[in-house]
Amino acid sequence: MSSKQQAVRARPSAGWALLGSELSVLFRRWRTWAMLAALAAIPVLIALAVRLSSRDPGPGQGPPFLDRVTQNGLFIALTATVVSIPLFLPLTISVVAGDAIAGEANLGTLRYLLAAPAGRIRLLAVKYAAAVAFCITAALTVVTAGMLIGVALFPVGPVTLLSGDTISVGESVLRLLLIAGYVSLSLAGLAAIGLFISTLTEVPVGAMAATAVLAVVAQILGALPQLDWLHPWLFTHHWVGFADLLRQPISWDAFAANALLQGGYIALFCTLAYGRFASKDVLS
Amino acid sequence: MSAGSTGDLPSGELAIETQGLTKRFGHQTAVDHLDLAVPHGSVFGFLGPNGSGKTTTIRVLLGLAAATDGHARVLGQEMPAALREVLPRVGALIEGPAFYPFLSGAANLHRLDAADRHAPSATRRARVREALERVGLSHAAGKKVRAYSLGMKQRLGIANALLMPRELLVLDEPTNGLDPQGTREVRSLVRSLAAGGTTVFVSSHLLAEVEQICTHAAIMSAGKLVAQGTVEGLRRGGEQRVTLTTPDLGEADRVLRGLGLSPAGVGSAANGMVTAPLADGILPEQIVAALVAEGVRVRGFAVENSTLEERFVALTGEGFDIVQ
Ligand SMILES: Nc1ncnc2c1ncn2[C@@H]1O[C@H](COP(=O)(O)OP(=O)(O)OP(=O)(O)O)[C@@H](O)[C@H]1O
Ligand SMILES: [Mg+2]
Repeated sequence: MSSKQQAVRARPSAGWALLGSELSVLFRRWRTWAMLAALAAIPVLIALAVRLSSRDPGPGQGPPFLDRVTQNGLFIALTATVVSIPLFLPLTISVVAGDAIAGEANLGTLRYLLAAPAGRIRLLAVKYAAAVAFCITAALTVVTAGMLIGVALFPVGPVTLLSGDTISVGESVLRLLLIAGYVSLSLAGLAAIGLFISTLTEVPVGAMAATAVLAVVAQILGALPQLDWLHPWLFTHHWVGFADLLRQPISWDAFAANALLQGGYIALFCTLAYGRFASKDVLS
Repeated sequence: MSAGSTGDLPSGELAIETQGLTKRFGHQTAVDHLDLAVPHGSVFGFLGPNGSGKTTTIRVLLGLAAATDGHARVLGQEMPAALREVLPRVGALIEGPAFYPFLSGAANLHRLDAADRHAPSATRRARVREALERVGLSHAAGKKVRAYSLGMKQRLGIANALLMPRELLVLDEPTNGLDPQGTREVRSLVRSLAAGGTTVFVSSHLLAEVEQICTHAAIMSAGKLVAQGTVEGLRRGGEQRVTLTTPDLGEADRVLRGLGLSPAGVGSAANGMVTAPLADGILPEQIVAALVAEGVRVRGFAVENSTLEERFVALTGEGFDIVQ
């Protein structure tokens, strides 16, 4: 018995295996790939619509940057990102983050993970890390699919920035990846909110819907001028504020402000999730 | 039979020990001042009707739910404070198996094993294969759990408990949904694990089975412990019964009543059977002597201990309705 005891107690590993397992479960799910495919379809649909229509979009018509797509295919990525930010991206993040704990509770696997023992804090950390990984993947999917379809259907060349300067194709791609990073950061705040909501219920669909509704409500509140005192505190406040990244030289102000805001939301809601989950009775 | 007597082991040798353990859900008391004592190395049957608080007790023992009151020690350490040291040494099946339906059986075990920081990743593949083999699932290892039958999921749940060498196995209704082969297999599995020194704490409704594999048992009723001890002791705690085979039913009945017993006869007049609970102070040999003296032809006579089932029903009531 004592040798067995020692064998079991010998040097616990750092526990990265659980993160690896979480990511592999996430990306082995059909649902995850369906959502990424839907996100990739957005730039493709935009590109096809522009390509197949007989007349070019006039200046200022349609979503931002759409009028420049026919001159430079890289703008598809930008248009698709702007179009996806209010609803499609938050929706997919809500599904992944809302499912984090509630989904495990619903399947009953939560009790087995905790009895393994995964450790409640570690499980929460792993779940959040996986949700952030999905945020990055989702943002990159939109941007990358946009670039690829843009290259395939339209001419591509140096890009004229908002500031009037022109940058090379290579640098344009870097700027687009930077925007994907900005969007991922924005979504990481929403993921923290989703994680917290997910600890409140055993019904994953409820947590997903509640998270998505919050994202939409925050944007509606952000559009009401009567509530302008509230706007800087809304987690959606900087969501579309990445135009600064399209100036020469780059202005990092919006990035910094967004990082501060999202950091605050992440800290707050991860703490709330911990407070709720650390002492919760797991009865599912 | 008083609660708390668990054979002759000192209290330092308890694998599970609870004192005044209480769990309330709102104003319903699911577990009510439970004093459980599970000796090291025992196969301990945890019995009770539906809703008597068995699963709730197991959840509290494993740190999934917090006790409202009282203490629980598992493998000598206070729970849930020592959860991280204790749980790697405990294998568990809690209220039925639960898995990711979109993963294969083997992938499910890989995931749950990865959750345990004490489980070495180098041996993971081999341990998963071995656990699947032990429950007879080798051939279905690559199949999605969505396509598993109830019994296959149950076997996979047991395999999960066996991924690592354990000092304590907590199995909540392990044979639920298993075919007769599976049931036998689990029984022999439990025996072999117990022979290897593992303490097995098994909740069940199948009393005949508990009687076969358990050394100790506890009986719950409406959240309270109504009996605890060795299986032998529990059975002895019940009444004994005499069974008489005789063609002279009427005469036998009269003699037994004369001795103060309350007999019940069955069978034909040619060769009927009479059974009667053995009353205090009357020895079996006195009954036989009295029968023979009165000319009753005794063709068979036996003294039987009550079965665990009879004890169970006597302690938890005949009623079919759930006690709240
Ligand atoms: N999540 C919960 N919320 C409220 N009450 C609960 C909850 N879980 C269990 N209970 C109550 O606690 C009592 C004990 O339930 P428990 O599941 O422990 O019974 P059990 O002995 O395992 O029954 P079974 O043999 O049917 O598995 C029951 O009366 C049940 O209604
Ligand atoms: Mg139960």
